[in-house]
Amino acid sequence: MASTFFNNKARAAAVSSSSKAKTETKEDTTRQQPWVEKYRPKTLDDVAAQDHTTKVLQRTLQASNLPHMLFYGPPGTGKTSTILALAKSLFGPALYRSRILELNASDERGIGIVRDKVKNFARAQLSQPTGLDAAYLAQHPCPPFKIIILDEADSMTQDAQSALRRTMETYSRITRFCLVCNYVTRIIEPLASRCSKFRFKSLDNSAAGVRLDNIARMENLKLEDGVVETLIRCGEGDLRRAITYLQSAARLAGATKTGGKDADADEDAEMTDAGADQGIITVRSIEEIAGVIPEPILDSLVQAMQPKGGASAFDAVSTVVTDLVADGWSATQLVGQLYRRVVFTETIPDIQKNKIVLAFSEMDKRLVDGADEHLSVLDLTLRIAGILRG
Amino acid sequence: MALLVDKLRPRSLDALTYHPELSDRLRSLAQSGDFPHLLVYGPSGAGKKTRIIATLKELYGPGVEKIKIDARVFQTTSNRKLEFNIVSSVYHMEITPADVGNYDRVVIQELLKEVAQTQQVDLSAKQRFKIVVINEADHLTRDAQAALRRTMEKYSPNLRLILLANSTSNIIAPIRSRTLLVRVAAPTEKDICSALRIAAKREGWTEADGLNKRIAKESGRNLRRALLMFESIYAQNEKVTDTSPIPPPDWEALIQVTADEILKDRSPASLLQVRTRLYDLLTHCIPPTTVLKTLTFKLVARVDDALKPEVIKWSAFYEHRIKLGSKVIFHLEAFVAKFMRIYETYLMGMMEF
Repeated sequence: MASTFFNNKARAAAVSSSSKAKTETKEDTTRQQPWVEKYRPKTLDDVAAQDHTTKVLQRTLQASNLPHMLFYGPPGTGKTSTILALAKSLFGPALYRSRILELNASDERGIGIVRDKVKNFARAQLSQPTGLDAAYLAQHPCPPFKIIILDEADSMTQDAQSALRRTMETYSRITRFCLVCNYVTRIIEPLASRCSKFRFKSLDNSAAGVRLDNIARMENLKLEDGVVETLIRCGEGDLRRAITYLQSAARLAGATKTGGKDADADEDAEMTDAGADQGIITVRSIEEIAGVIPEPILDSLVQAMQPKGGASAFDAVSTVVTDLVADGWSATQLVGQLYRRVVFTETIPDIQKNKIVLAFSEMDKRLVDGADEHLSVLDLTLRIAGILRG
Repeated sequence: MALLVDKLRPRSLDALTYHPELSDRLRSLAQSGDFPHLLVYGPSGAGKKTRIIATLKELYGPGVEKIKIDARVFQTTSNRKLEFNIVSSVYHMEITPADVGNYDRVVIQELLKEVAQTQQVDLSAKQRFKIVVINEADHLTRDAQAALRRTMEKYSPNLRLILLANSTSNIIAPIRSRTLLVRVAAPTEKDICSALRIAAKREGWTEADGLNKRIAKESGRNLRRALLMFESIYAQNEKVTDTSPIPPPDWEALIQVTADEILKDRSPASLLQVRTRLYDLLTHCIPPTTVLKTLTFKLVARVDDALKPEVIKWSAFYEHRIKLGSKVIFHLEAFVAKFMRIYETYLMGMMEF
């Protein structure tokens, strides 16, 4: 009786447009989740290409004892993922909330917070696990300590860091700290010496490729040949960036698809199989999202810088650079790509390369300081042209 | 009477005249229901803002055009009161946090949190999220950008950000990797010509193709500037022909005069005279970078080829100093003095570089 009632209601709802809206919102929430979060490794085994670190951590997991830890390495190599995966497998869902405190750079983290929030959490007695059955305990060791994760610890002030050091020792019986940072040199020495350090190396291409392939398969994406290689190249060892690029590209390709479907549905209700013409992700679309300057444009710039007889390269270079700036290409990107192009050119003698690299370093600093892009790029290219002339 | 630039500003994605593939992409993003955070970058006068407004209209319908201006007061941690202007409609909000200088973090944190925590109550609204457009995002301090990054993730159901910037160089990498980058290139000279032709037709003015071409060239691929020039020519001349002179803006004329002086006489006396002109420009709120850049390009056009790289080198050097330093006039003057020196040395044939 009840079931038919609900069925009827459901059917009535299906007739009106509200059900459509409901399914859409459901689809929205799954689709809106960034893939970086969606495909974050769930266990230590899933963490890609950090064999050494994961092996050591596996062992500590079995021994149920943990030192204070300091994870460092370039962005997107899985530092945060590793500690989160470790915490999950140590405590499981039931205890995770009470045993883990996670603070990152966007939370206020001055000395006040360290003295107050961190210390209070570190000092609190452990909540005893109640009502957990043996199976749960077999799966999650639930060791008798809490973990405080300080993400992006290198952006903490010196004062805040020094306020931590005594706290770390006093409560080491019941609390472990895990500092995660990009630059180990920004962590003050007293803190670093209290932790066992784990270095995360840049991902090698094969591991990142496997992961990207996996995601593409699970999301039913159609990739053009070479897309994965492009993603790895544009990501520069940062898997998170590569995944974000992939998602953006999928959105664009998918967006054109659904856009077309909606328009068709309005005009022609019988048209239902929109999946057939799913957008294909092209190498070019990835490069456009990553802001990579296309090779032909770079070629023309390099061409303009070449010495030509007695005439100065000024006019040729200045035209190309003016166009580049007007087209809105980012100067940082240009400097990076030009650098790779020049440094790996065999025909330029080493002595000239030395001088060119010097010019690059100065220009990079200027751009970071916010100097005008047009003038800086023009200066850089003219200097290179001058050096090439000898 | 509105200026041409405002009067003829395209209001919808269909009315945009150039970059059709970009407009298509924005339209499909707006229709897909899954709208990402955007970072729109490109040189000024390329039509970033126009495109965004048109996209907003595509997202929410004509409601976004009913805008109002609020003045809000924020309190910093040191109890200083900040006045801050917000342009908003029911569906979106437009802010320029760079207005409040170093306190932009406070504004970003408070304002965005407030927006993010309120749900869209209007049931007839097309989208559940509200959009915040942040102008001049490349002038945000590092702190403010760091504050943005967590907000972007945490409040994504209720809030979408559109950041507008001239270049991505000053945007920190975490923000760049969380947004969809949209590059808006400046229109080509042909695009500008066709835009001018449309404008002339709409206004019922006589057409002069030759003039259009010259304006396009003169404007440096900046459509806003081209339209302003175009309008001023028609306002000043009764009868417009292909050869009507294009009056430069008065500050540019002043810089031209300055450049002439520098080239003519290279002595402390002339340096003193140049200083008064530079002060004049600065007190009229011409940005120092613009002054230096325009001056450089005027000078470079007049000197020998061999000297050009040297001039650019020092110009870039002093521009960097302007950004780092606090007293602008020192560096502008230093550049002028440096230029006089290398020019003099060159003329006397004692080149050592």
